[in-house]
Amino acid sequence: MIKLKVNGKNQQFDGDPEMPLLWVLRDELDLKGTKFGCGMGLCGACTVHVNGKPMRSCSTPVSAAANATITTIEGLSPDGSHPVQVAWQELDVPQCGYCQAGQIMSACALLAKTPKPTDAQIDTAMNGNLCRCGTYLRIRAAIHQAAEATPAKATAKPTTKAPRTDTRLLPNKK
Amino acid sequence: MTKTNLNRRSFLQVTALAGGGFMLGIYPKATALAQGPQQAALAPTDFIRIAPNGIVTITAKNTEIGQNVLNTLPMLIAEELDVDWKDVKIVRADVDNKYGNQFTGGSSATPANWEPMRQVGAAGRHMLIAAAAQTWGVAATECSTASGRIHHKASNRSLGYGELASKAATMPVPDFRTLKLKDPKDYKIIGTSTISVETKEIVTGKPIFGIDVTVPGMLYAVFQRTPVLGGKAVSANLDAIKALKGVKHAFIVEGRPLRNDYPNYLFEDPGFESGVAIVADSWWAAQSAREKLEVKWDFGKWGAQDSAENAKKAQALSQQTPARTLRQDGEVEAVFKRADIKAVESNYVIPFIAHGTMEPQNCTAHFKDGKLEIWSTSQIPQPGRTMTAQLLGLRESDVTVHVVRGGGGFGRRAYNDLMLDAAWVSKQVGAPVKLIWSREDDIQHDYYRCGGFQFMKGAVDKDGKLVAWHDHFVAYGEGNAFAHDGGFLPTEFPARFVPNYRVQSSVMPLGLKTGALRAPYSNSTAWVIQSFIDELAHAAGKDPLQFRLELLATTPLPVAAREAGLDASRMIGVIKLAAEKSGWGKRKLPKGTALGVAFHFSHRGYFAEVAEVTVNANKKIKVNKVWVAGDIGSHIINPSSAETQAQGAVIDGLSEMMQEITLKNGAVVQSNYHEHPMLRMSQAPPQIEVHFLKTNHPPTGLGEPALPPILPAVCNAIFTATGERIRTMPMTKQGFSFA
Repeated sequence: MIKLKVNGKNQQFDGDPEMPLLWVLRDELDLKGTKFGCGMGLCGACTVHVNGKPMRSCSTPVSAAANATITTIEGLSPDGSHPVQVAWQELDVPQCGYCQAGQIMSACALLAKTPKPTDAQIDTAMNGNLCRCGTYLRIRAAIHQAAEATPAKATAKPTTKAPRTDTRLLPNKK
Repeated sequence: MTKTNLNRRSFLQVTALAGGGFMLGIYPKATALAQGPQQAALAPTDFIRIAPNGIVTITAKNTEIGQNVLNTLPMLIAEELDVDWKDVKIVRADVDNKYGNQFTGGSSATPANWEPMRQVGAAGRHMLIAAAAQTWGVAATECSTASGRIHHKASNRSLGYGELASKAATMPVPDFRTLKLKDPKDYKIIGTSTISVETKEIVTGKPIFGIDVTVPGMLYAVFQRTPVLGGKAVSANLDAIKALKGVKHAFIVEGRPLRNDYPNYLFEDPGFESGVAIVADSWWAAQSAREKLEVKWDFGKWGAQDSAENAKKAQALSQQTPARTLRQDGEVEAVFKRADIKAVESNYVIPFIAHGTMEPQNCTAHFKDGKLEIWSTSQIPQPGRTMTAQLLGLRESDVTVHVVRGGGGFGRRAYNDLMLDAAWVSKQVGAPVKLIWSREDDIQHDYYRCGGFQFMKGAVDKDGKLVAWHDHFVAYGEGNAFAHDGGFLPTEFPARFVPNYRVQSSVMPLGLKTGALRAPYSNSTAWVIQSFIDELAHAAGKDPLQFRLELLATTPLPVAAREAGLDASRMIGVIKLAAEKSGWGKRKLPKGTALGVAFHFSHRGYFAEVAEVTVNANKKIKVNKVWVAGDIGSHIINPSSAETQAQGAVIDGLSEMMQEITLKNGAVVQSNYHEHPMLRMSQAPPQIEVHFLKTNHPPTGLGEPALPPILPAVCNAIFTATGERIRTMPMTKQGFSFA
């Protein structure tokens, strides 16, 4: 029996301990925000936080995450209000969107450690996350915008409001 | 592709909604239906629904794969309906013939829908005004609309669309041809950036992609397809596989050619391919079981195919008389014999490449009681439904296809092979099944961008004018047919602009599926043509940009019937714009840094791009900046989206410079992203400026045409910086790589 704490909830898994954390999250815990891209840690689509560190869940056996605290894209905020999610929406970063959960998790991990990253620091932190649509320029801009919107010491904490710095875009209310 | 024009084949009709409200749709006319593949029920295409509470729901009929079409077409309707974008809700259409051709590809959504979608919106607005006018007993001409309300200024009255919706449903439907559309200066939505309607779901991790589909009682499948086209699974250790933990079923799939017998794969799907299916209670269990799977294959006629051998064959064919002449203007050979010309000869090698969409191919199917339900990310789902019905012996009306957001398409999802596999497996096991490909499956069973070999010869005269162009294209195919999307368009520039122009071809056989990859044909031919034009410019001793402008200023030969003619003035416009923005010829660059330019016309779009590239001593290249100049008509419907599509196309094109698919023993050698790489963030140009030249032409699409010029623009810059010309892709073959 493997115990995990996922997005603040205690979970148990008694299947194959070699099953990658990705598939436990997706198919056992029904957290489908974390994506399968390559299965070899090459693309970063499966990035989650394990004890606060960005990890490729596709190549992390669930046994290696036993007793760990895990955050997935669903755990960042209940309503998309985390500053990184806000910036992603304001700049309309995604195209197809498939890699973006992994991108966002890598970006959050970067900002938690480096609240005001330079372009070079962003490149280093994000280089493991592929985007087939080529949204890299907006990702970089959104990370800077999230950094600006966040008080230096509160990066990891979700906030409910972030200042809108870009009013070009009209949101669509559903 | 078919347009959804509101033409003689269709008419508008309104329907009152149960519980009040209004629904406006395009109905196909009975005559149009009779011409279709099968008789469809006369059902409304509910593009617009207005509920009594004023909520406006607009149906998006194309597949969303990252091109933001979920916004683009509804924006056109909302503009003419005159509602605020924030009050619009977008819903996805299932696959249904009533929507006309649900075709997502060829950058066709905007040109095909620019007029009809606006007409639908305008018709809705017209009927709401008529309802208000009747309610108030005033003339319709005295009424105006704004933000989802009708106003009668003279009496200071107004009513919301929701309040009028039920009455509007009883108004006569206007003839769309007589409808007056808005003056573009009054546009509030077209030309304004809107956030993609699913961005919030994406950034919060909602299960909106094909791979996220869940059906109660669902099992998970993997499918080990034949690694060689046309191969057959003869036997496998199925009992051992079925004994593994979690595995519920394992069986051989014999496969079945559908419309075509092997090897007549050149034009359409090869059919339902053979392999071994493993079905388990989790995807991981099914995938893990493959490690123990032992299959005896009969690889058939393509089992010895080898890329190196194909390259040798191409060299041999290049020495022989070409099999066909695709186009001949003037007398090329006579020019090459002249003493006063300078001739240039070059060979270009185009590799096969894979799509590698971030979301691996997958499909969920549920066969039950003679009916089939499918959840698919298909770009062209209708033929998939037809093929699947044929495979399972069902009536097409018994197959329901739900279209789900796809994690990238780039042409791969134009092919519906996964529908066949998932449907077959579901029927075999009697349960809903989600079939997910591993990345290795995805890279090794693609419909690849076709490779080829271009043997070029050109000549410039003593004035530096391009006087002859010869191209012997050694390609893959049979007889007079090229492999699917692996051909060459004889209308391709510089056809018509060179007095002596000849394209010839020879083909050799291929046992590999090929298909559309973002900007098919163009993504490789633009690289060859614009690189070779650069070679000729240097041979002529001319500035490469000036050489291109002079070439385009030549009076062209007349356009032949049915030929897509390039409008030189539009191309000159974007070249000049790119030159101006990049400071072409005006900036002094350090040693090892240079600008390169290229242009290409495809998918109705005119694009010129300039790249600034630095090459270091180890042939590591850095693309410092790219300037994109495009002309896609009079309006940029969603500017934010247009910018990011063009930037993405540039990055996509740069990735292609690193990619190659090769064959050994009939099978694809590469398996995952480490062997078929993509550009990473640190390698991407830090700046990609996108500029649009708005011209008085109807708006056209942007999914594809911004891609082709980037490869030659970068290669041309590399030549200027280093003196070395990249003529073989991927560029790593010549020792170049991204820093």
